[in-house]
Amino acid sequence: MINDILEMFSYTFMTRAFIVGLLISLCASLIGVSLVLRRNSMIGDGLSHVGFGAFAIASIIGIAPLEFAIPIVIVVSFLILRLNDSSKIHGDSMIALISASSLAIGTFAISVTGVNTDINNYLFGSILSISDKDVIISVVLSIVVILLYLLSYNKIFAITFDENFAKSIGINTNFYNIIFASLCSIVVVLGMRLMGSLLISSLILFPTLSSMQIFKKFKSVVISSVVISIISFIIGLLISYFNATPTGATIVIVNLVVFIIFKLISIIVLKRK
Amino acid sequence: MSLIELKNLTLGYDKDIILKHINMSIDENDFICIVGPNGSGKSTLVKGILGLIKPIKGKVIYNGLKQNFIGYMPQETKVDSSFPASVYEIVLSGTLNSNEYKLFYTKKQKEEADKNLKILGIENLKNKCFCDLSGGQRQKVLLARSLCATSKLLILDEPSNNLDSKSKADLYKTINDLNKNYGITIIMITHDLDHDNLIGNKILSLRENDIFFGSVDEFVRRIHND
Repeated sequence: MINDILEMFSYTFMTRAFIVGLLISLCASLIGVSLVLRRNSMIGDGLSHVGFGAFAIASIIGIAPLEFAIPIVIVVSFLILRLNDSSKIHGDSMIALISASSLAIGTFAISVTGVNTDINNYLFGSILSISDKDVIISVVLSIVVILLYLLSYNKIFAITFDENFAKSIGINTNFYNIIFASLCSIVVVLGMRLMGSLLISSLILFPTLSSMQIFKKFKSVVISSVVISIISFIIGLLISYFNATPTGATIVIVNLVVFIIFKLISIIVLKRK
Repeated sequence: MSLIELKNLTLGYDKDIILKHINMSIDENDFICIVGPNGSGKSTLVKGILGLIKPIKGKVIYNGLKQNFIGYMPQETKVDSSFPASVYEIVLSGTLNSNEYKLFYTKKQKEEADKNLKILGIENLKNKCFCDLSGGQRQKVLLARSLCATSKLLILDEPSNNLDSKSKADLYKTINDLNKNYGITIIMITHDLDHDNLIGNKILSLRENDIFFGSVDEFVRRIHND
């Protein structure tokens, strides 16, 4: 078994996938806690579809996909925040609208120009598509995400729990919302290479939802989410390597199993309804 | 001594003016109840004092008190029943106005939180989840949090909403105690104008074209004359 795992790392693409995946899982679980608790889960999903559209367009005009997609997705995330505050269209409907439009634009662009790209790779992810440059970008941006999160952890809690109060004690909530939307966009775009645009949002949601079944402190939920996310990723990657199953889908299924186990523990052991 | 002065203050959202030309002075140790029908601008006024909305005209002058060192208890904090947060985490977050980019809360902040839990008699709830508390207990936790943000002025927006009469009486007793024994100035928006147990020393009554600000006695006399 150990030998098999060592052999796995002799493939550079597996090492790349492992490094990027580990970092993305960590970041996604951090971001996820606030997204779920602020009832903004759908934003992650919406942004991943925007990412799909941006990737498709980038491949057609021949620019580097990550460098193109990250700024586009960040801009759209600001738009969603803005529209949520002021628009007459309800937040959820707005996100659904943006999601579907981006998917359509991406698919349309790919078929019209006849670029020979496998749409599957964008939708469901592919560990083969991760390049050395992607690894460097992922490492740098992940460190930024983790540092910013740690530095503003207490304020993130205050804003997530009660935005009005946070504002009253002088926390610049608009600034933090913008930072948060940017972090979320970065995580979604980086994670899409591995998980695909249809599956990346589950990496954000599952660890938090599982943790909330058992833990009742914010800090415990954050720590547990990170642990669950990393362990599920490693197990998922190993299963997919040894059984030649799709990586993204396998990781999501492992997360689903963890969720079911935690739910059962909360019902049977902790007697919660 | 006056803590806050409102000078010809006009407030509203965009072009809708909700309150016009408010002049009043909030003195140290005052306990002011703000009353008035729905939509009369009670919450708007409070938000103006807190700086959450910018005045359209006029100004708010703070004397020896920074705007972000006012303890605010918003109306109905909409908290999900499954939100994981311990009482201590919530109360500590009230001290964030004195904290720049620090990774952890300082010893001083923790002492402040402990002190306020004790004042409100809820030290025993410290490690409980907010989601497992009763309505009355929740309000006390939020009160402890706002107390962490201030040593001078609390602004409470309908703190007794949705509480049964026993918890309500208990909460009012606590607020009164903060005013009398801890020297904290209080501004409270309320619907409870039960004449037998009017608390506070001053009343601000907001009605369209009829704004009254004065002592409780004057207010009662005025109502009887109507």
